[in-house]
Amino acid sequence: MSEKVLQMNNIMKIYPNGVVAVEDVTFELEKGEIHALLGENGAGKSTLMKVLFGIESPEQGKIILNGTETTIKSPQDAIKKGIGMVHQHFMLVPSLTVAENIVLGTEPKKSGMFIDMEKAVELSQQIAEKYNFDVDVREKVEELPVGIKQKVEILKALYRGADILILDEPTAVLTPQETDELFIQLKKLREAGHTIIFISHKLDEIKEICDRATIMRNGKSKGTHLVKDISTTQMSRLMVGRDVVLTFDKKPLDLKETVLKVRNLCVAGSTGVKRVNNLSFDLKAGEIFGIAGVEGNGQGHLVEVLTGLSKKYMGEISVFGMEAKKHSIKEIRELGMAHIPEDRMTLGCAKNMNIMDNMFSNQYDNPEYSGKVMLKSKKIEKRVNELIKEYLVKCKSYKQNVGMLSGGNIQKVVVAREFSTNPKIIIANQPTRGIDVGAAAFIRQRIIEFREAGSAIILISADLNEILELSDRLAVIYKGQFAGVFNDVKNVTEGELGEYMLGIKKDDKLEGIIYEQ
Amino acid sequence: MNSNTKFNVLRTVLSVGIALLISFGIIFLTSKEPVNAIVQLLTGPLQSQRRFGNVIEAMIPLIFTGVGVSIMFAANEINLAGEGAFHLGGLVATYVALNTTLPSGISPLACILAAGFFGAMVTTVPAVLKIKTESDVLVSSLMMNYLILYFANYVLSNFLRDPSAGAVVSFAVPQTTQLGTIFAGTRIHIGLFIALAVAVFGYIFMFKTRTGYELRLTGENRSFARYSGINVVKITLISQLLGGFIFGIGGGVELLGMYNRFTWTSQLGYGWDAIIITTLAKKNPLYVPFAAFFLAYLRTGASIMARSTDVVTEIVTITQGIIILLVVAEQFLSKYKHKMIAKEAKATLTNETEGE
Ligand SMILES: Nc1ncnc2c1ncn2[C@@H]1O[C@H](COP(=O)(O)OP(=O)(O)OP(=O)(O)O)[C@@H](O)[C@H]1O
Ligand SMILES: [Mg+2]
Repeated sequence: MSEKVLQMNNIMKIYPNGVVAVEDVTFELEKGEIHALLGENGAGKSTLMKVLFGIESPEQGKIILNGTETTIKSPQDAIKKGIGMVHQHFMLVPSLTVAENIVLGTEPKKSGMFIDMEKAVELSQQIAEKYNFDVDVREKVEELPVGIKQKVEILKALYRGADILILDEPTAVLTPQETDELFIQLKKLREAGHTIIFISHKLDEIKEICDRATIMRNGKSKGTHLVKDISTTQMSRLMVGRDVVLTFDKKPLDLKETVLKVRNLCVAGSTGVKRVNNLSFDLKAGEIFGIAGVEGNGQGHLVEVLTGLSKKYMGEISVFGMEAKKHSIKEIRELGMAHIPEDRMTLGCAKNMNIMDNMFSNQYDNPEYSGKVMLKSKKIEKRVNELIKEYLVKCKSYKQNVGMLSGGNIQKVVVAREFSTNPKIIIANQPTRGIDVGAAAFIRQRIIEFREAGSAIILISADLNEILELSDRLAVIYKGQFAGVFNDVKNVTEGELGEYMLGIKKDDKLEGIIYEQ
Repeated sequence: MNSNTKFNVLRTVLSVGIALLISFGIIFLTSKEPVNAIVQLLTGPLQSQRRFGNVIEAMIPLIFTGVGVSIMFAANEINLAGEGAFHLGGLVATYVALNTTLPSGISPLACILAAGFFGAMVTTVPAVLKIKTESDVLVSSLMMNYLILYFANYVLSNFLRDPSAGAVVSFAVPQTTQLGTIFAGTRIHIGLFIALAVAVFGYIFMFKTRTGYELRLTGENRSFARYSGINVVKITLISQLLGGFIFGIGGGVELLGMYNRFTWTSQLGYGWDAIIITTLAKKNPLYVPFAAFFLAYLRTGASIMARSTDVVTEIVTITQGIIILLVVAEQFLSKYKHKMIAKEAKATLTNETEGE
């Protein structure tokens, strides 16, 4: 076949804490292919890519780039050798603008010394337009929703012009439309002779865009296959080592009392623009209410006020009949609310603290785990060990720092913690983000169990399959307003949803969004 | 002990070793009697009971300040007002001792508690200012220290000064209020036990109590703590109060234990020493006494060296600087550490496969 641009032979990587993340992996890339890297959470995908990008140095193994053996000493070195990487967790500087982030490290200079900001904006604009990414390059990164941040990361790598582009779960937070757009661009890159490594837990995407797939399990390679020769079922079997059941039994809907009542809700963003504009809805115990929408249409602001993180809203939010504004985050949690945040690294965990400390942060004052003054360490330890087992968090022990877990395993820690209190209302914002097929199925199963036990769930997700499969009722949010409501989710197609999500369609009457006046 | 702790101990010991070697080098270059100087530096404190006593005496205030700053820094606030809290603690203890007549058992206790109370006020001011006005804690806490220094000088010269004494010093604190010595032949006082108790308390507070947990979470990721339902403002204030309280009682204990009059008219430097101690102790109050002992030993050795040879005490400042640099430099020896751990992991790998 065509020429090999990269060979990684017998790579072994051991982390400073003694975890053998990659044991003996051989991995090859052919010029102009899109190559999928597949595997369960903690299989070693990101680690292998960090070795290639010069972030981690391998204990053993050879890297042969374009036929010559090389060592890649640092990310700078990797970039020089034509390798680009989009990381699983964002590596952007929040206080800088999009343009500044894109050119960071290779800034255009004015009179040899000063950064030419105008030029930077212009160049960033050009590249965003070229790849058809809708981002405002003058905006500060910290104010962007995760979907846009992800695009900025991709642009940053494209700007540097990589021959080999590593994309570590770039689509985890993108909506299907955005993913489609990205794929068009990736195909263009492939035609232009670039080689792409694509990591994703969404097997359909891999079917759609990848030529070959290498499957990893437990730090080892389970072989490379032509994607057209293997089915998604086979892929997941190779990854997990057993069959994954992907369908759920949902009992008929059994609606109980209203737990959350939202009326005429308006939330202003930092610039004063209304990010949530006159939203009204009810949520009843026993249902899963899905909110679909392109990232950045008000979901983030909605979640912030529902969970009590922000009190800056107009209108009414009543949680079990209590006005959210008048209660602290703690009190709202005590009413039975749990919250899976969209960005696990900023809100969801403390990465320099261990798994135990991260797993009971919502229960540290529960009399079961703490006296008035002293913590009941033995009980906490026991409970945390149970959760680690139940949610299959891959770790050495609860003493491991959360920052040393793989992305999907960090997500499991967050989900396990939020589910551990038997919440009555769950605000789940991208609950299975970055989680492998097996674990995602498990989490979805848990969500359904909560529904059956009489909890109310708001499910916000970029993954339309997930939303369509789980929701009893579904609304599409567009520019801070509901564009449409579907009470019979079974008969909704992705295409139809897409039209609402992009603002092409909008219903004036939203039937069924409110149960009683 | 797992290989990680083993390694951390090794690294600290090596840092100290290297820093000492560099200092010896400098001594050799500058002194006419280098060997004698080094011997004095290293063994001086062991040569008499009184000298070893000096080490322990110097260690006591360092323990208080190290624990205090560990608790304040845990909230991720770089609050340096501990210096002022310690200073004011000494002043308040003197003031209470001179102006009250309490039974001998209760009197020192009252002085020390009052000192702690005012110390807590001092460190809390910068934190409150930050909440109210978003002012920088580092800057306002340094300002606070000057405020306290001049305030103390004012109170000393106008209310406490003993006109019959030659220098600017206060009246003598009554015998009943002073802290008794516990070893004859030294000036080691009861404050030693208080200091050690404070270190143990600090450890239990940080790692075993609910509030300590809230504090650590707040310091590590404030947004996450808030999201979890923790009142981060309250927790930050508690930590600054508690830290300042410990600094304050440290000042009180030092004054009642080591001085019989209030004589402090310039900054003592305990705020900075505290940072050295907490760095060496890896922010764990339980390790603070060890770090404090080490620093006290080094300084006592240096002053003996300066008295008996031609080398000046400042050499120890250099040693301290190098130690701190090496201890905080995460990369120092990390290659070696990695090799050690990789070897271990590989060994278990082969064992496992053989076992299969
Ligand atoms: N910095 C680190 N220090 C120690 N161990 C680590 C570190 N990063 C990852 N690991 C461990 O290495 C293993 C592989 O992690 P890696 O991030 O490569 O997984 P992954 O395949 O990318 O998983 P995911 O799909 O969840 O992102 C995991 O067991 C993880 O706990
Ligand atoms: Mg990963």
